[in-house]
Amino acid sequence: MATESPPARPAPLRSFWRDERVIQAASQLLFLALIAWVGYLLIGNMLAALRRQGIALGFDFLDNAAGFDIGETLIRYTIADSFGRALLVGLLNTLLVCALGIVLSTLLGLLVGVARLSANVLVNRLAWLFIEAMRNIPLLVLLVFIYQGIFLKLPRAREALALPGSIFLSNRGVALPWGIPTDTFTAYLAVLAAGLVLAVLTGLGLAVRARRSGRPQPTLAAGLLVFLLAALAGWFLLPQPPLTLDRPAIQGLNFRGGRVLSPEFMALLLGLVIYTAAFIGEVVRAGIQAVSHGQTEAARALGLTGAQTLRLVILPQALRVIIPPLTSQYLNLTKNSTLAAAIAYPDLFSISSTIVNQTGRSVEMIAVVMSLYLAVSLLTALIMNAYNRRVRLVER
Amino acid sequence: MSRKLAIILLAAALALAACANQTPQTVEVTRVVEVTRLVEVPVEGGPTTPPPTAVPLPQGVGFGETLKRVRDRGTLICGVNNQVPGFGFVDSAGNYTGFDVDYCKALAAAIFNDVSKIEYRPVTAEQRFPALQSGEIDVLIRNTTWTLVRDTDNGGNFVATTFYDGQGMMVPASLGAVTLEDLDGGTICVQRGTTTELNLADQMAARGISYTPAVFEDANGTFAAYAEGRCDAVTTDKSGLVSRRSVLPDPDQHVIMDVTLSKEPLGPMVRQGDDQWFDIVQWTVFATFAAEEFGITSGNVDSAVASDTRPEVRRLLGADENTDLGAKLGLSKDWAVNVIRAVGNYAEIYDRNLGPGTLTAIPRGINNLYTNGGLLYSPPFR
Repeated sequence: MATESPPARPAPLRSFWRDERVIQAASQLLFLALIAWVGYLLIGNMLAALRRQGIALGFDFLDNAAGFDIGETLIRYTIADSFGRALLVGLLNTLLVCALGIVLSTLLGLLVGVARLSANVLVNRLAWLFIEAMRNIPLLVLLVFIYQGIFLKLPRAREALALPGSIFLSNRGVALPWGIPTDTFTAYLAVLAAGLVLAVLTGLGLAVRARRSGRPQPTLAAGLLVFLLAALAGWFLLPQPPLTLDRPAIQGLNFRGGRVLSPEFMALLLGLVIYTAAFIGEVVRAGIQAVSHGQTEAARALGLTGAQTLRLVILPQALRVIIPPLTSQYLNLTKNSTLAAAIAYPDLFSISSTIVNQTGRSVEMIAVVMSLYLAVSLLTALIMNAYNRRVRLVER
Repeated sequence: MSRKLAIILLAAALALAACANQTPQTVEVTRVVEVTRLVEVPVEGGPTTPPPTAVPLPQGVGFGETLKRVRDRGTLICGVNNQVPGFGFVDSAGNYTGFDVDYCKALAAAIFNDVSKIEYRPVTAEQRFPALQSGEIDVLIRNTTWTLVRDTDNGGNFVATTFYDGQGMMVPASLGAVTLEDLDGGTICVQRGTTTELNLADQMAARGISYTPAVFEDANGTFAAYAEGRCDAVTTDKSGLVSRRSVLPDPDQHVIMDVTLSKEPLGPMVRQGDDQWFDIVQWTVFATFAAEEFGITSGNVDSAVASDTRPEVRRLLGADENTDLGAKLGLSKDWAVNVIRAVGNYAEIYDRNLGPGTLTAIPRGINNLYTNGGLLYSPPFR
């Protein structure tokens, strides 16, 4: 047997399957084929099951009349409108709570993160307590607590808590005075647009001057001032104010007039904001601590004040560390907003569940909802990544 | 590469979700919402209910077969609910009580003149139709809504409506709302994805009433929010409202309005194929209607047999010498007397279980004699 061992072959003649590059490519192909095969099986199984039940896939049903009411809508909606429009109502509700949530949680998170580093023991410990408490309570529990334990425990509508400025707190929500557009509203919008253009031009002009003279110019403040002046001028110079104030008042069973923010919306927003702010606070703290202490000392040595040090030296460098995890928190907030279903806020997911229940089109609806959340998340990530590219260290 | 992979993974996830939707469990989940309304919806063609053809009807069931089997056995097997107070419930002493249970007793009285000769068989929403088809129970009296599909596909026949249920509205007593119009501009708690939600939207749109729905995921959430005063009213089927009200913090402070938003006729169901049995159950129900119409109660039935001179009453009670209606049903001549003596007329049955003095009080509304503006109408006993 071993007596006739073949002569060792020269390297170039080695079988191709022993070539490392071939092995790598082949294994990747194999893996891809495996995934494709599993996907094919799953989709085939789904289609077969649907055929057995006599269900054809399609999105025609989105044009059918929805037939159910929605408590909160940003656009006009009646039960005669289509499922598609109901879905749009849900999407807008989701976007509203996400946009507000992102802005508010960023502000609160920044505050908490800085407070966490404060030399003041009370502030420091309070921030620590807030972060540890909020981070370690499941969001669903937090939401149910805020909804049932805080907002539903407010006084009933008739005994509503009146705050200064015609604001009423009750378990029907927060009733606020709200502007009602008048005839001159469109004209006023044009004035605002013009003011915005002027403000941007002023800012740009000052920026150019700053570059030429080498001295910092108040670009942002000047721009804002110009815009504010334009806005005020438009408000008072137009023949009638563009908005009239509508104050809420109890009439019949509920508040009429003004704007009522429902307890579901408030609870969801508050829950998302404080939960996400706790995480953002930690992200901000980590970012600031990542800037070496030598930077602070150097800034002090140059004679910068504490505020200037934070604004000009620490934050710009901290941002590079903060932005990527911050993006993740924004995406989490968007996705966590689906917990609205537990507290009756009509968000995209809640409304899609209703549609699935009414039409039985679960495959299509889940596909639609997943695509929409994916789109919203990718859009958020896109914006944040663009911002990240702007602030990151430019290496040469 | 990574993008391709992501697309494939997404497709796989979609397919998984879709497959999950095709499994029996998920189909059930979409129905569970209905079940919590306490008035069950047929799981037509659903995997939990075997198709009617799969359960062979018992051999030899034909005219008169069921009565003979019940007599031979010596007991009536009655399929009931054991979880809905007021309709079918096991009380603290272990006895079955309720509106539906009383109709089991009425049937046993008609056959045996003995209400103890009943074997109660609690059946779930899924079990009930197969149990009836297979002959495991003789009659199904379990707050079951009469629908076309159940009358046909499920191999049963509804004999009569004993309780006209329907979607109702509960409000705090302090609100003083009487009609739906009184809820104009109010907020109404409702459960998501139910026919209740659709009925509400339809009814309010038809009447041009504006309202704000607060839509909750399950019954617990709906009623918890209502209890906190989040809504001016809460809506679901009336039997569900009654049942839920009894567990609210202060049941006395809430009233169920005398309005109905949908039709949910409940009644006994028998197996297809035995017309005699169908007639027995049907006319037992009618006997309770007729007794109320004629003012005959469990208290005065004996004196009525002796002294009432109205011809139809005499025929009903078997007091007419020349007419034996009981024999035509295969029962004794005094079958109706036995029914009334055992459970009373419809009003007595109703008041005992759902009347004002009970925990599960429901206004009679359309569950009243036609002479009182209701829908209860017995064909003539002749």
